[in-house]
Amino acid sequence: MGVALDGHLLARALADPASVATLDSAGWQALLTIARAELLSASLAHRLDGIAKPEAAQRFLDDAKASCAQGRLVALWEVEMARRALGDLGVPVVLLKGSAFIAAGLAAGQGRFVGDLDILVPRADLDRVEAALLGAGWEWVKPDPYDDAYYRRWMHELPPLIHRERDRMIDVHHTILPLTARPTPDADALIANSVPLENGLHMLDSDDMICHAAAHLFADGDLSGGMRNLWDIHCLVDDFGIAGLAERARRHGLASAVRRALRLSRALYGTQLPDGWARSGSDDGLYLRRLTARDGWGRQTRPVTRLGFYVRSHWLRMPPLMLARHLWTKWRKQAG
Amino acid sequence: MRHVFSVAIGPVGFRVGSDWRGPVAALEQLYASYPKPQDGIADFTVRLFADRPWRRFFRPKVMIGGDFVLPEAAPLSLEHGLLAAEMAMNLQMALGQRRYLLLHASAVERDGKALVMTGLSGAGKSTLAALLMTRGWRLMGDEFALLDPETGLIHAFPRLISLKNEAIAVMEMGAPGGTFGPLLADTPKGAIRHLVPDHRSVAAMLEPARPTLILFPTFGHDAATRKVAPSEVFVRLTQASTNYVALAERGFTALMRLVAETPARAIDYPDTESAIAQVEALWASL
Repeated sequence: MGVALDGHLLARALADPASVATLDSAGWQALLTIARAELLSASLAHRLDGIAKPEAAQRFLDDAKASCAQGRLVALWEVEMARRALGDLGVPVVLLKGSAFIAAGLAAGQGRFVGDLDILVPRADLDRVEAALLGAGWEWVKPDPYDDAYYRRWMHELPPLIHRERDRMIDVHHTILPLTARPTPDADALIANSVPLENGLHMLDSDDMICHAAAHLFADGDLSGGMRNLWDIHCLVDDFGIAGLAERARRHGLASAVRRALRLSRALYGTQLPDGWARSGSDDGLYLRRLTARDGWGRQTRPVTRLGFYVRSHWLRMPPLMLARHLWTKWRKQAG
Repeated sequence: MRHVFSVAIGPVGFRVGSDWRGPVAALEQLYASYPKPQDGIADFTVRLFADRPWRRFFRPKVMIGGDFVLPEAAPLSLEHGLLAAEMAMNLQMALGQRRYLLLHASAVERDGKALVMTGLSGAGKSTLAALLMTRGWRLMGDEFALLDPETGLIHAFPRLISLKNEAIAVMEMGAPGGTFGPLLADTPKGAIRHLVPDHRSVAAMLEPARPTLILFPTFGHDAATRKVAPSEVFVRLTQASTNYVALAERGFTALMRLVAETPARAIDYPDTESAIAQVEALWASL
């Protein structure tokens, strides 16, 4: 079949839907299993619309689409619940990630599974937002005082809240990276540049959406779920282009993260980039190895590479002494 | 994975990968008469694996994995590998099935009409379905009945019949010519033995049936039959469904239709022979 049975199989099908014509049944099975594991099965279903495929594959993808359509409805309802709770505060409320893609009807929202509702509000208004959410039925999930204090002092978001009746989580951000991380994005600019939606809420402007996705992927996380993150970025670039992106990324201290995101998005999905962005990074291969570490059974593979990126994610998130203290406290709690 | 098995059960295809030969050999033998997944593409993948390499050999423990997993599923011993496979396949259905409304119920069919039996664990729905299979009914399934929201029909899911504890002896007597799996003693659910559905039930597994009677059996009382109000049927079936909430409006509409169009009865029964007689009498009176 000419392509390895790992994440590249999924990337190729998303980038070039016609390429699935060469798949045998084992190839289809691996593709669908990997897509499900990477939470991209409904995105794949939309991409493969109108492409000839075995009946069983069609049924699998139709199910994924229907399930995602239901998830979309629930996500939009959650957005509406947040709007009702926060709409009268006079505070700008910016939807982030999947909820924003769906609420704004972007291509990146096609087939996008949405878990939590992520919003961004000005840091000065956090207390009022928190009080309004607690008053509307959201509750704390992390009753541990250390965790709670840690979140409030060092994180870019409040400790997660879950709604007691709907069992859905909301993450309230005041910026897009932990305060302990080295880059410091300009949160005021994120809010000032945000774009109003019809319902009175806002979303980030397209450059900031790409910056946020890149920040999440390379300056914060261990790259798990990275194929989906990069697919978001690919769709955003496709929709909006990248005319002002370099300047914006520099302003947030995210120039290298954004450049890397675009290079990897091009490597996986064939994202169209102007010439200036073309130079590839020396360690891109290692990142691709991590991103596509999934076998045809849906299992994570390449444990050493993954561990490396896991360690790296903590290294990036906080300075060494602080990391040691944090891990020590966590370890003692676990041991006790 | 090292050892692979795939099978179609009703309209659903499964692929099972295992680090050990044992569970796959048992599945191959018991599901020998079943077809393979359509187009060689399974809807769900199940993995039976050792969480540490040496656990394949030294005090082997079977971990359950797959497309959909519960965070803290306890491992099983290798002797119970067949049970692990069955549990893992059920789990994929319970957590991942979105095409059909899944009812935790047994179902049998006669003349194109389905009798759906549901109730608490221990109510005897598996045993009753298995016994009815030996008396001229087609077994549609002993664990899940699949309600199609588009058509209102019940689709069959005739996996191996899972007999527990006292039910094992009842069916060894009731189906003397049947194909049984090995006796699995001391599982987390007690003793378990699987019975293979008869040829006819497997051959006809892609034929759906119109739901015609919903039955709530309860074992251990004098024989009695009562009508069940639609409101009660609705609530009990929402509790008996693992994906009612996930299907949302489709699930609600399908269940409302089922409850509106299908009569429901509760029966108490002192022994299985009485239960069979009560079912036949009810069926004849419809």
